[in-house]
Amino acid sequence: MSGTPIVLADPPGPRGRRRILISSIIALVVLAGLVTLALLRLADSGQLDGELWSVFIDQPDLRTLLWNGLLDTLRAALTAMVFAAALGIALALARTSRQRAVRIPATAVVELFRSLPVLMLILFAYLGLPALGWQLSAFWALVLGLTAYNGAVISEIFRAGIASIDRGQTEAASALGLRPLQIFRLIQFPQAVRRMSPTLISQLVTLLKDTSLGFVIAYSELLRSGRGAVEFLGSRYALPIYTVIAAIYIVTNGMLSALARWLDRRQSRRLGGRHVELPMDAAAVAAALPEQGGPDSART
Amino acid sequence: MPPHRIGRSTARGSIAIDAVFDNLDIFAEGFRRTVGLSLFAAIAALILGTALAAMRVSPVPPLRWFGTAYVETVRNTPLTVVFFFVVFVLPQVDIRFSYFTFAVVALSIYHAALVCEAVRSGINGVDLGQAEAARAIGLTFTQTLRMIVLPQAFRNVLQPLGSVISALIRNTSIAAAFGVQELTGVVQRLTTANPDSVIAVLLGGVVAYLILTLALAGALALTERRVASAR
Repeated sequence: MSGTPIVLADPPGPRGRRRILISSIIALVVLAGLVTLALLRLADSGQLDGELWSVFIDQPDLRTLLWNGLLDTLRAALTAMVFAAALGIALALARTSRQRAVRIPATAVVELFRSLPVLMLILFAYLGLPALGWQLSAFWALVLGLTAYNGAVISEIFRAGIASIDRGQTEAASALGLRPLQIFRLIQFPQAVRRMSPTLISQLVTLLKDTSLGFVIAYSELLRSGRGAVEFLGSRYALPIYTVIAAIYIVTNGMLSALARWLDRRQSRRLGGRHVELPMDAAAVAAALPEQGGPDSART
Repeated sequence: MPPHRIGRSTARGSIAIDAVFDNLDIFAEGFRRTVGLSLFAAIAALILGTALAAMRVSPVPPLRWFGTAYVETVRNTPLTVVFFFVVFVLPQVDIRFSYFTFAVVALSIYHAALVCEAVRSGINGVDLGQAEAARAIGLTFTQTLRMIVLPQAFRNVLQPLGSVISALIRNTSIAAAFGVQELTGVVQRLTTANPDSVIAVLLGGVVAYLILTLALAGALALTERRVASAR
C-alpha cells in the first residue's frame, strides 16, 4: 500500500551501509546460486531444450488452443462477475434491511456461501442441480458456483463500504423523506462502490483465478486446454506450457491489481491527502467489518 | 481404502440420507485428510510467509526484491496452476513425493504469499512512534522488529491471518483434483457410486466443511478475546 513505510531502523551510517552492502552481496550470491541450481537441474533433465520451448512457434494449433482457452476463461469470468455483482448488491441490500425476516435469511446465505470451498459450490451446481432435475452445462455450473461464493463476498464488501459512510448522510436522507430503498440507491450504494472499488477489483482477480477450477468439471478454460495439450504432446512439455499459462494469468491479474492500486491512490488523494487504509482483499474486509454491521462501529 | 467399501446405497430418491450414514467411515477418512492437509500446509505457510514478510521490510534490497517478486508472482497465479507446477513439473526433474505431500507443498507455496501480506499489513499497522521510540533507545533493526513491532503486529494480524487459514482450509478441496482423497474427493467418489443420493452426499460434504470452518472461527474468537484482555 502507498502509506509511509514504517521506519524500523536509523538511516544507516558508514558502518551500517557497509553491513547492508555485504548482506546484499551475500543475499545476491545465495539467490543466484539457488537459481543456478534450479536451472542446472532443469537442463540436466532436458527441460530447457530449444525444441521444447519453440513448440509455441512450431505448433500454430497450440496457440489457437490456448487462445480459445483464454477466451473461454474470460467468458466465464465476465459472466460470473456480472451475476456476482448483482447477487452481491441484492444480499447487501437484504442484510441492511430493517425487516428481520429479510435480514436473517440473507445473513445465513452469505455466511454459508462464504464458509464453503468454491469447488464444493461448483460441484453442487454441476452434480447436485442435475439430480434435482435441472440440467446445465459445465459453463453454467462454473458460473453458478463462482457467483454464489463471490456474490457473498461482494455483498460483504458493499456492506463494509456502506458502514464506512458517515451516519449523518443516512440520517439527513431520512430527514428529507427518502425511503430506505431510495437511500440505498441514491446515497449509500454510489459512495460504497466508489470507496470499495480497489477491493472490488481485488475480488475480481480472485474470481478470475478461480475460473481455473473449471478444469475439474471439464470446462474448456485456459488451464484445461493446456492440460489437453500436454497430454497430447507428452508430459515433457509440462514446463513450457504451464509456464506460459502462468504468465498469461500473472499478466492479466497484474494489470487488474495495478488498476486497483491506482484507484486506491486516487481515492486517498481525494479524501484530503489523509491515507485512508481501506481493506484491499476479502480477508481484510472481513477483518474490518463489525460483527453486527452497525454503521457507527466501523473502523477505518 | 479398498474399493468394495463404497457400498451402493439401497435407499431411493436423491434426498436419501443413507448414502452418508452407510459411508460415514469414508467421510471420516476424508475429513482426517482435509484436517491433515490444512494443518501441515498452515504450519509451513506461516513459517514461510513470516520469513517473506521480514524480507519485504528488511533494509537489504535483494531480499526486498525477492519478497516482492515472490508475493506478486504467486498472488496472481491461480492455486490450480501452482498445483499443476508441483504435481506435473517437479516429476520432470525427478522430484517425486506422494500426492499428499505434493498437495501440502502447493498449498504452502500459495498461502505463504497471503500470510506474508497479512503479516506485512500488521507490521505497517503498528504505530510509527513505537518503532521510533525503539530506535531512540538504541535498539537495532532486528531488536526493534523482534521485541517491539512483531509482538504488537501479532494482535493486529490475528484476524487477517485467521481469514488466510480459513481460505487455506477451503482451498484444500482443490487437492481432490490431484489424487488426494480428502473431503471433496470423497464427495466426488460417493456421488459417482450413489447416483441416487447425490444431494445427500453433497450436503454431507457441506456439513463437514462447515464443522471445520466454524471450529476455526470459534477458536479465533476465543484467542482474540484472550489477546484483547491482555492489552
